[in-house]
Amino acid sequence: MREKEKERKEEISKMDVVTQMQRQLIQYTSSLFQEGFLDDQFNQLQQLQDESNPEFVVEVVTLFFEDAERLLNELSKSLQVEQESIDFRKVDAQVHQLKGSSSSIGAQRVQRVCIAFRNFCEQQNVEGCLKSLQEIKQEYSLVKTKLETLFKMEKQLFAARGSISR
Amino acid sequence: MAGGEVLRQNLPEKLEESPSGANELHVLAVDDSLVDRKVIERLLKISSCKVTVVESGTRALQYLGLDGDKKSSIGFDSVKVNLIMTDYSMPGMTGYDLLKKIKESSVFREIPVVIMSSENILTRIDRCLEEGAEDFLLKPVKLSDVRRLKDFIMKGEVKEGEKRCCKRSRSEDCSPSPMTHPCDSSLLSSLSSSSVLSPLSPSTLSSKKSRL
Repeated sequence: MREKEKERKEEISKMDVVTQMQRQLIQYTSSLFQEGFLDDQFNQLQQLQDESNPEFVVEVVTLFFEDAERLLNELSKSLQVEQESIDFRKVDAQVHQLKGSSSSIGAQRVQRVCIAFRNFCEQQNVEGCLKSLQEIKQEYSLVKTKLETLFKMEKQLFAARGSISR
Repeated sequence: MAGGEVLRQNLPEKLEESPSGANELHVLAVDDSLVDRKVIERLLKISSCKVTVVESGTRALQYLGLDGDKKSSIGFDSVKVNLIMTDYSMPGMTGYDLLKKIKESSVFREIPVVIMSSENILTRIDRCLEEGAEDFLLKPVKLSDVRRLKDFIMKGEVKEGEKRCCKRSRSEDCSPSPMTHPCDSSLLSSLSSSSVLSPLSPSTLSSKKSRL
């Protein structure tokens, strides 16, 4: 009798933990939307995830991270040259790519800085471009950390759920 | 040309029979962005389409056997594509260039081509529509866009079958005649019986323009 009671209590506390984690995940996700890190496109991606493709969002976001890091490197190189020899068309093309992929995953703040960046390219405003590059690096770093945290929380929740016996 | 003539006269490719027997749309998607390729592929698969994704206009032409290279036309006969979705801004061959090449081809010109772009530029949209693009989608492309497109293409396939028996040039005048034509009747019954709503009908075109 005691054994069963103990087991039951353990199950209940595991469920409590899971409920807690679920609540935290929802709150965290909400905050990312509220603070503008993510927009509706992220929701759209989540709709595309199901049992047949359970890692879809992580996979796409990972591709975005790789893409963004490559582009940020290229942008740094493009802007490191002598100011007079900056190829604004090339810089603009690179920012356009980054804007596209950030928009595709819903990374709203990164996308917004890209838009400002492109304006500076059009104006051939070197200072503006350098400032934008700094800003993009910051925003990218932020959203990357946030998304990695989000994915970690999801993984932990999934594991906790899984450990509850039927 | 306004959006009126949306239903192409002769859709050459019938819908492919998938193993389950259901008619499946085969879509060729073209995009230079790795992220976007992954997303569009998923959007199409989740909408029950067969998908081929390539990274450039050149590759798309190779796949279709249109690049003039004798070697790549080996698989030519078996290539059946019901829809081409292409990004506009791509290095080398743009989506517009690809659109032109397809419309110049006697074999492939009837395949609907949809342009995708993150940039909402009216002159660009007009140019593409004038060159024969079926539709112009703003990125990021949503599931609702794909569903709407798929419905439209499927209806085009049905209407094509009806045209053969009704012998009319404007298919909107043709009332559906169930069970009397060669098209899959289950396909027909899954579609609404109202007139075809083309993506470029006046209401949708103005709503597209109102987004500008």
